[in-house]
Amino acid sequence: MARAISPQKKWTFTILAWIVALIIFFPILWTFLTAFKTEGDAILFPPAFLPPHWTLENFFEVQTRSNYFKHFFNSVVISVGSTLIGLVIAVPAAWSMAFAPTKRTKDILMWMLSTKMMPAVGVLVPIFLIFKNLGLLDTLGGLTGILMLINLPIMVWMLYTYFREIPIDILEASRMDGAVLWKEIVYILLPMAIPGIASTLLLNVILAWNEAFWTLNLSAANAAPLTAFIASYSSPEGLFWAKLSAASTLAIAPILILGWFSQKQLVRGMTFGAVK
Amino acid sequence: MAATVNTRKLARTMLMPAVIILFIWMIVPLLLTIWYSFQNYNLINPVNAGFAGWSNYKYFLTDPAFFQAFANTLILTLSVLAITVIGGILLGLLLDQFIYGQGIVRILVISPFFIMPTVAALVWKNMLMNPNYGIFAWIATRLGFAPVAWLETFPLLSIILIVAWQWLPFATLILLTALQSLDEEQKEAAGMDGANFASLFVYITLPHLARAITVVILIETIFLLSVFAEILVTTSGGPGYASTNIAYLIYHQALLDYDVGGASAGGVVAVILANIVAIFLVRLVGKNLDA
Repeated sequence: MARAISPQKKWTFTILAWIVALIIFFPILWTFLTAFKTEGDAILFPPAFLPPHWTLENFFEVQTRSNYFKHFFNSVVISVGSTLIGLVIAVPAAWSMAFAPTKRTKDILMWMLSTKMMPAVGVLVPIFLIFKNLGLLDTLGGLTGILMLINLPIMVWMLYTYFREIPIDILEASRMDGAVLWKEIVYILLPMAIPGIASTLLLNVILAWNEAFWTLNLSAANAAPLTAFIASYSSPEGLFWAKLSAASTLAIAPILILGWFSQKQLVRGMTFGAVK
Repeated sequence: MAATVNTRKLARTMLMPAVIILFIWMIVPLLLTIWYSFQNYNLINPVNAGFAGWSNYKYFLTDPAFFQAFANTLILTLSVLAITVIGGILLGLLLDQFIYGQGIVRILVISPFFIMPTVAALVWKNMLMNPNYGIFAWIATRLGFAPVAWLETFPLLSIILIVAWQWLPFATLILLTALQSLDEEQKEAAGMDGANFASLFVYITLPHLARAITVVILIETIFLLSVFAEILVTTSGGPGYASTNIAYLIYHQALLDYDVGGASAGGVVAVILANIVAIFLVRLVGKNLDA
């Protein structure tokens, strides 16, 4: 039985934790608030915490001036597309290694993990030249392909750790009942595998959404997802904080909300199953 | 399960696409990088082409910019690791206590991890670190100091702060997860034996966290060695090379100087450096696979 914790201790920890959490969250909160300020209010000094004049102007400006929705659409296509294509390749591979392991399975898994260690910058030059020669620069297809490749090892690994937990005895039982292989897969294993597949999907969409090496280097006006779109606000003459904040808010809000639901998957996926 | 010949064949067929695709992805660009690294190949000067021997490597490795970039990469990686691991342990211990509104506190703390690097860097650069209107400048004036132009005066430190803010949530979340799996009874037994907080931490909590800490260090290292977007949108590696790391240096040579050969030599160097780190990680995770 846990010992009783004194109310004093409870409140001390609560207050301390809230202060730290609010400091860590502050840059995000500040971005949200600034998005609703006028440009003049955004650079008041001393800063105004709450917008003195609430406005939605910035959000409309971001859309009409720089076509936010086009880049949002690009981000969706690239992150969801790369994840779905990756799943089509990763699910069978993880499945096969989890349910029909051989002597080499562990080596194959290790080797897949090691491909993830390759620093992107080490292959920037050839990928850039290949993309240039094949006309893939600044295309959604090219970016989708690259992000699928860089996340494929994580997908296989995550799925493998989930599939391995599916009790294999159930297969034995169904086999005795005379079920054939495809029925086995469709009716027995798939329902049990769906949570793992969903978790993998979620984490990889998040990772692809925020990927900012290949998307910055291989895209321009046309296929630029939100990462590259936001980077265009870095020029000194583009110092419009309220608009930067509005664009940033629109870029991070969807994935931030998804992220809040993915804490467990994040731990598991990013540590390759070593911490659960 | 007695695998029949058929299921084995099926299993192999299911595995093959992933293996073949990853193999091509791993080997083709790498071979091309190595090939280019021995060529004189500049996109704006196509006349001077051909075999270059080791000259690209000689040039890259003796360039003072390389030394600075190498040092910056090390400083950046080690500083962020130190901040996030120590901060992550402290935060993990704090969040492991009874807290009112724990779910919301967790969400607030984890949030920076989901912010795309370009947004994080631009928000910090402008709204926090700007010497005229930024929050840090306001705090400084309130405390009676002169505001600091963070990115001009302390470019590398500024980037370390931004990157640490992005990775502290990751370390916290992993370490908190590990802490929560620590057996409550074990802690209580030690507590009844008269162990105080410090010895409880050193002899029970820390050894329990060892594996999680190693994982955090190694995963973060992979990403920290190739920090890129944060540098691109804040300092562009400057002033001079003050905040250039190896990843940014290679990008600069390839896509701004069009020096394919030189950038490729740099790429090979980056791959070798990353592999030294990778060997440790693969071993570690391999051990956990057996467990």
